[in-house]
Amino acid sequence: MADKPKDVLLNPLFNENPIALQVLGICSALAVTTSLKPTLVMCIAVIFVIALSNTSVSLIRNQIPSSIRIIVQMTIIASLVIIVDQVLQAYAFEISKQLSVFVGLIITNCIVMGRAEAFAMKNAPAMSFLDGIGNGLGYSLILLVVGFVRELFGSGKLAGIEIFKTQTDGGWYLPNNMMLLSPSAFFIIGFFIWALRSWKPDQVEESN
Amino acid sequence: MLEHYLSLFMKAVFVENLALAFFLGMCTFLAVSKNVKTAIGLGIAVIVIQSITIPANNLIYSLLLQEGALAWISPQLADVDLTFLGLISYIGVIAAMVQILEMTLDRFFPPLYNALGIFLPLITVNCAILGGSLLMVERSYNLPESAMFGFGSGVGWALAIMALAAIREKMKYSDVPPGLRGLGITFIVVGLMALAFMSFGGIQL
Repeated sequence: MADKPKDVLLNPLFNENPIALQVLGICSALAVTTSLKPTLVMCIAVIFVIALSNTSVSLIRNQIPSSIRIIVQMTIIASLVIIVDQVLQAYAFEISKQLSVFVGLIITNCIVMGRAEAFAMKNAPAMSFLDGIGNGLGYSLILLVVGFVRELFGSGKLAGIEIFKTQTDGGWYLPNNMMLLSPSAFFIIGFFIWALRSWKPDQVEESN
Repeated sequence: MLEHYLSLFMKAVFVENLALAFFLGMCTFLAVSKNVKTAIGLGIAVIVIQSITIPANNLIYSLLLQEGALAWISPQLADVDLTFLGLISYIGVIAAMVQILEMTLDRFFPPLYNALGIFLPLITVNCAILGGSLLMVERSYNLPESAMFGFGSGVGWALAIMALAAIREKMKYSDVPPGLRGLGITFIVVGLMALAFMSFGGIQL
């Protein structure tokens, strides 16, 4: 268990990545990654929710009776997600439409629950805040990689700015439509995990 | 009329499969698909919960939360809009339903209760359930439609997890490169399954 603030913050990026190693929070992640902009919004939303939920759970961790802790955590997370949802609807309506149900699904994002349960219930607020930010960043890292690849090869753009000129606009690039469909996200994450584990062999699983 | 519901059902099972087209319930989908037996147990639990919670949330939405929905209590409340409370009420309903189902099963069907074991409480945090409710609201289904959608989407999810578990059982005998073992290859298999399920796309009934 890492105790130094820097380790708490940076470990989740590569060493204990929530998606690649802990199998958490894949659910709401993949459908929003067809282009970079909604992906970025989703990442910010998740970092916000996870950092604040970790802090608040940690603040009241000694007051929560353990038999109802799940419900307490749920309520805290749900309230934070409602705030995010309302802010998005007010200031970024287009993107909020694009993300549709997936903002609400941050509630059941296992990373948020998992970190509240595994880390915030045992550690002080400041550490829990850092842990939340770190895990949010680890999640964002994978999401951004997937979003980057999918938008670049799927429509030849990055965050709406044209990189490859597509054939329909008289350019040379023929967009790979499969990148915009759901299976591609699985392949990209699969290969990402492969690359990560080839780089850090200690994460390799023994057998199926 | 019947055809309408049948097509809704088929669409929820195949074309808009919650797991393979919308990526919902992925955490449990990947974590609990190591053998077919547990996958079947979890699948059945999801079907039951989906068929109960989606219509229940539909009632809550149309009778309490929707704009103007409170008019049946008193006309003064006709312009109250409580939709922003949606998320927190749905998750409450889901948690309560799971709890009730758990107690009922424990009391009346102990063998099934023991078979499902840990999976029942886990379902509360399964995104497929909350996602189903949110999709139901977004598409403004009415009560019978949402019951059909709930059942169909549950069946679709169960089908997907059983198929994946079966594939993973077979995969024990194959030689996977070290870095891909476990999670990596599972992602790629799920990707291929999603690709196969996409061939259902565009089917009109």
